[in-house]
Amino acid sequence: MINALSSGLEREVEERSGEKARLCYQCGKCSTGCLFDFAMDVLPHQAMKLIQYGQKERLLRSHTIWICAACETCTARCPNDIDVARVIDSLRAMALEEGIKPAERSIPLFHACFLGNIQATGRISEPILMGSYKTFSGDLMSDIGLAVEMLKKGKIKLIPSVVKGRREIRHIFKESKP
Amino acid sequence: MKSYNFYPGCSQLSSAEEYGVSASQVSEALGFHLETLEDWNCCGASSAHMTNHLLAVALPGRDLAKAKERGGDLVVVCAACYHNLKKAQIEMLEDEKLAARVEAIVGMDPHFEGRIVHLLDVIAEEIGLEDLKEKVRRPLEGLKPVSYYGCLMVRPRGMIENDDPDNPRLMDDLMTTLGAEIKNWSYKTDCCGGSLSLTRTDVVVTLVNRLFEAAEEADANCIVVACPMCLANLEMRQKEGRLSFGLEHDLPVFFFTELLGLALGLPSAEEWFSRHLIDPRPLLYGAGLA
Repeated sequence: MINALSSGLEREVEERSGEKARLCYQCGKCSTGCLFDFAMDVLPHQAMKLIQYGQKERLLRSHTIWICAACETCTARCPNDIDVARVIDSLRAMALEEGIKPAERSIPLFHACFLGNIQATGRISEPILMGSYKTFSGDLMSDIGLAVEMLKKGKIKLIPSVVKGRREIRHIFKESKP
Repeated sequence: MKSYNFYPGCSQLSSAEEYGVSASQVSEALGFHLETLEDWNCCGASSAHMTNHLLAVALPGRDLAKAKERGGDLVVVCAACYHNLKKAQIEMLEDEKLAARVEAIVGMDPHFEGRIVHLLDVIAEEIGLEDLKEKVRRPLEGLKPVSYYGCLMVRPRGMIENDDPDNPRLMDDLMTTLGAEIKNWSYKTDCCGGSLSLTRTDVVVTLVNRLFEAAEEADANCIVVACPMCLANLEMRQKEGRLSFGLEHDLPVFFFTELLGLALGLPSAEEWFSRHLIDPRPLLYGAGLA
């Protein structure tokens, strides 16, 4: 598959992440150590190569950028000190800002619900987070058994803990908007 | 009594309440106090840094500004909070432009220059394992844990101060000091898939079962952790659940503070154990520890 080249991709990634993808010489240590490789369509070292090739579309539409769990094994093992996880963070942010339809629908939705919860109350509360995610994803049936078990063990607090400085938190969100 | 500023983190108010409570009580028993940082907010967890870098620095920035006002070091128990606070601190101390931007956003000075320390480090530094041994009332004989650090405490390189990022030993040494028979395994710093727990449960179930199988293969009878996300995932994600909740493995998972509290003879330890989805009490009764 050949997509239109975007020669500025390397530079764009560097501006966002401070990381130089061109330093990657394809040793493959990042992909060898990646525990999520079985669920990825582009392996981490391939992603670095695609950045060098300017294959922006292909990367921003990949499953990989959402499947990466940011465990940073790749970053820890890179012999050239490239923070691969940070590079993938920057690809996710680019995909969101450019309004690209994500290959994994539920994952960016979860992040939006998570951040929405912080924006509203300053802290994460399981009922708000799980409630909003389950509602928006339409995945209402899974985890009912788990929720019951968690309630029984007192692991879900129905009254959320809320920060006093809610206006400050809302301000942080407003001013941090890309 | 020496007092530290303490950042509890969201999980310790709900799903991992036993972690926060045991951390505070164990600290008191060891002679130092954890004073909760006034009006702290969520560090942003994975969702912030995965989607918006400025937000991932500004959210912890407010907490760091509050810690700066108070002065002294900041103690953290959650591996994810520890990671995010420390990363934001390093970035702001190294990048003045970024720090100035965060300062304008949060309206407070976020240049926190104190140390951000995990409670494990505090115990090793403040008490020392030799002295801790003297304080053990109930040695954890019969417990054979593997220690599971996960990702965020040890990576990237330099994240954990007194330990090796590839083969961390601090929790192992702590358990040995408490009288447990620690088991070796190669999965100490493998990821459990925390941030995908709700969205790609299938992926997480694969990783979690691999961890349990490896722990069983190492002849462990429990797993000890220092991260509420790891514990939640290990207890909740052995199967993809729908209407009923199920377990594939019954190896109990403990926070290191719970086992420390048990060994120190703290009376409230029993309450913590009743909150686990994998009930650890049969193992503890069997070993004569409860």
